[in-house]
Amino acid sequence: MSNRYKLIKCTINGKEREVMIDVRASLTDLLRNDFRLTSVKKGCEVGECGACNVLINGECFNSCIYLAVWADGKEILTLEGLSDPDGGISDIQQAFIDEAAVQCGFCTPGAIMSAVEILNEGRELSDEEIRIRMSGHLCRCTGYENILRAVKKTMLKRLGKAEQ
Amino acid sequence: MYTGKSVKRVDAFDKVTGRTRYTDDLCDRSAYIAKVLHSTIAHGKVLKIDTSEAEKIPGVVKILTCFDLKEKHYFPTAGHPWSTDPGHQDVADRLILTDTVRFYGDDIAAVVAEDEVAASQALRLIKVEYEEYPFVLDVQEAMKDGAPQLHEAFPNNILKHTRISNGDYEKAIQEPGLVKVEGWYDTPTVQHCHIENFICYTEQVNGRIHVVSSTQIPHIVRRVVAQALGIDWGLVRVEKPYIGGGFGNKQDVLYEPLCAWLTLQTGGHLVKLDVSREETFVCNRVRHAIRSHIVSWVRPDGTYAARKLECFSDQGAYASHGHSICAKGAGSFPQLYPCENVEVDAYTIFTNKPAAGAMRGYGIPQAMWAVESHTEEVAAVIGEDPLVFRRRNLMPVGYEDGFSKNKLYTDSFNQCLDKAMEAIDYKRKFAEYQNQTGDVRRGIGMAVFWYNTAVWPISLESSSCRMVLNQDGSFQLQLGETEIGQGADTAFSQMAADVVGVPLEKVHIVSCQDTDVTPFGTGAYASRQTYVAGFAIRQTGLLLKEKILDYAHELTRMPVYNLDIKDGNIVRTTDGQALMSLAELATEALYSLSDSRHITAESTYQIKSNAYSFGCTIAEVEVDIPLCKVKLLNVVNAHDAGTLINPALAEAQVHGGMSMGIGYGLSEKLIFDPKTGRALNNNLLDYKLSTFMDHPHLQALFVENPEPTSAFGTKGLGEPPACSVAPAIRNAIYHATGVAVNEAPVNPHILFKAFTEAGLINDEPKGPSQS
Repeated sequence: MSNRYKLIKCTINGKEREVMIDVRASLTDLLRNDFRLTSVKKGCEVGECGACNVLINGECFNSCIYLAVWADGKEILTLEGLSDPDGGISDIQQAFIDEAAVQCGFCTPGAIMSAVEILNEGRELSDEEIRIRMSGHLCRCTGYENILRAVKKTMLKRLGKAEQ
Repeated sequence: MYTGKSVKRVDAFDKVTGRTRYTDDLCDRSAYIAKVLHSTIAHGKVLKIDTSEAEKIPGVVKILTCFDLKEKHYFPTAGHPWSTDPGHQDVADRLILTDTVRFYGDDIAAVVAEDEVAASQALRLIKVEYEEYPFVLDVQEAMKDGAPQLHEAFPNNILKHTRISNGDYEKAIQEPGLVKVEGWYDTPTVQHCHIENFICYTEQVNGRIHVVSSTQIPHIVRRVVAQALGIDWGLVRVEKPYIGGGFGNKQDVLYEPLCAWLTLQTGGHLVKLDVSREETFVCNRVRHAIRSHIVSWVRPDGTYAARKLECFSDQGAYASHGHSICAKGAGSFPQLYPCENVEVDAYTIFTNKPAAGAMRGYGIPQAMWAVESHTEEVAAVIGEDPLVFRRRNLMPVGYEDGFSKNKLYTDSFNQCLDKAMEAIDYKRKFAEYQNQTGDVRRGIGMAVFWYNTAVWPISLESSSCRMVLNQDGSFQLQLGETEIGQGADTAFSQMAADVVGVPLEKVHIVSCQDTDVTPFGTGAYASRQTYVAGFAIRQTGLLLKEKILDYAHELTRMPVYNLDIKDGNIVRTTDGQALMSLAELATEALYSLSDSRHITAESTYQIKSNAYSFGCTIAEVEVDIPLCKVKLLNVVNAHDAGTLINPALAEAQVHGGMSMGIGYGLSEKLIFDPKTGRALNNNLLDYKLSTFMDHPHLQALFVENPEPTSAFGTKGLGEPPACSVAPAIRNAIYHATGVAVNEAPVNPHILFKAFTEAGLINDEPKGPSQS
């Protein structure tokens, strides 16, 4: 049983963490259970829906099919990490509010994290490219329309361009 | 005025920061984990369950089987208000665990363990012996004599048959010169696919059962859990936190009774039952697959002489919402295109498949698939533009339904059609896409829909509201109507702010329903939230205002009739002067040494009306005939949902419904293995839910004719957007190719068959011969 558990070190939302984990645990389990980062949602637990997406070293992953042990030495960012310590929120979070891109809110955290990955690249994507990049997220409420709008508006704003 | 404005959602900030707590986020980690053992046969009897190996797994607390259920309390699961008339009660055919298996996936045992891994390991080690019976998956097969029988009380598996007969059909069809148009139309079994699976947890607290559940209907869950356990209803307390979508699946009591029973079997311990995606598809509820047969007799002038509908609704193994769904769809038939001579026979049939329940549209998407596919064919047979044919035959302004007393007050259909046609450039495209040749063709098609808000007079409609004034002039707003993602809390807050006369931020909506403290209400369904809650909010708001102004009279010595509340101030109406703030009044009211009052208001409004909510879809497609692929190029929905409380949220609601309609028309279908009855694609990879890639820009338009019966001019919008999309797509494909596909979804499998039969593609292999 001794190799069932392993000590890992990682950075979660900017804080260095050391934690003993069950090697069978997913990163979703680690974030939800050990750190109560409950923005990381479970919609399928097999990498189909995207509700659990987080950034790992800046890249977006389904945390439900990413083993917690693999997070050793990595930098993890969840939705909670986007808010600043004073409670201020990022432009993409504000855009989700402004564009009515939030309904039940269950797919929202994962979708925002994918949007962050796209926006951090700092380049302009076509609607089609945004759709491709966001296609790992399933949403039953919005028809994706306003999520697309929120991502696009934020992208153009960051690039200093007005929406055409 | 806040109503009519696109204010931001009151819950959006917490949702974009990850602060919103859903059921799983609230459950204490000390909870035992429950997992359900599902049957691996479609029909039969459980003879023996051997749990000995499973019990050896460390961490297993208890394994309970159908044989441990000593008291058998059969219960209904539909999220309908209870009826005190036994003749109108839902069919009580469920047990917490069953030894009679009626579908592949039935609940026969449960493991309670200290953690999820132990529960899953134990589940795999349970051995079950069955006596297998033959099973039936097709509705019409199930009705035949000699078919396998699911429930003793329902011969030929007919849960219910209803008949509508207006005029004299047989006589009417004798009229000379009539053209007969006939067709069969099939809709698939689909699932709600809310992204949060069903989950609940239960615990015994002070001798009562405390249930926290991802549900649309907390007060109904309370009643059914008590019925299932055979205990007093007051011994159950249900809390509903934020939920990750419902769409009707959570308008059913799902696993709350089992979870509560497991708590009782483990000394009252906290037990969590979290359902997997795979279980959600099979062991929750699905949409009724309905097969419809329509016969129309059309006069040379393009009017209907007589019409007939037969529909067969696939109930699956248990009654759930039962015949209500098929009956609602069938009920739309004589109304949408009124005709003097109509016959309708609607059947709901048990089959050995997952139980079907409520799903967004409640029988109307199925009915519109059949009726609007058929309408297109009728127009084609008589050689008329389908738009012209529809305009002539649609429900006219002034039409009133004798039963519901619903009335079409305005020309909603034509206004919606006009608006949608203009937005999508219908007329030009319709002409341009006529008579195309070649492999890739475009088409444009339309469909209208019939929908009525709420359920009066079929069952109880009542809404209760409570407002509690705080020291700062703000107040809590509580309702039994539930926020399930649609934005109800925001709309309710807007209404309440307007009625009482305070800034929106002074309204604190209590989102979580708790049956111990929330006023009674039956929850979210039938697109009724803004309609029914509107009455209770207006009535209660006026009551609160009356109490506030009565106290203001004491403080200001002004007559009540010269006082009003505006923007959070007590205003003298004669000169518009603000005499004091509501905060000053509220603080004085609580702490006054001479006249202390806790100012609150609570009232119930019983709604004895409901409202038609109509609209249409126009879709433009490109069909690649050799590939049998359809690309949706453009789609627009136009709705008359009365006055919009929040246009941005209304638009968002329509997008979601359109998305569901696109899946219904093109890709979604739960498939069953004919050899075993097992669902073959019960996961989000193989079940083709629409993704970002499957939608064009979704356009949502509105015609705002204030609904005269409504407290705020509003009427249903939750379900209507999903009702007419699929047939509009189907009609666009028909327009593009001339091929009428009557089976949804119109996926490549269906199109390959249809195009081959139509001679559009040649099935001859083109590669080298195998011989």
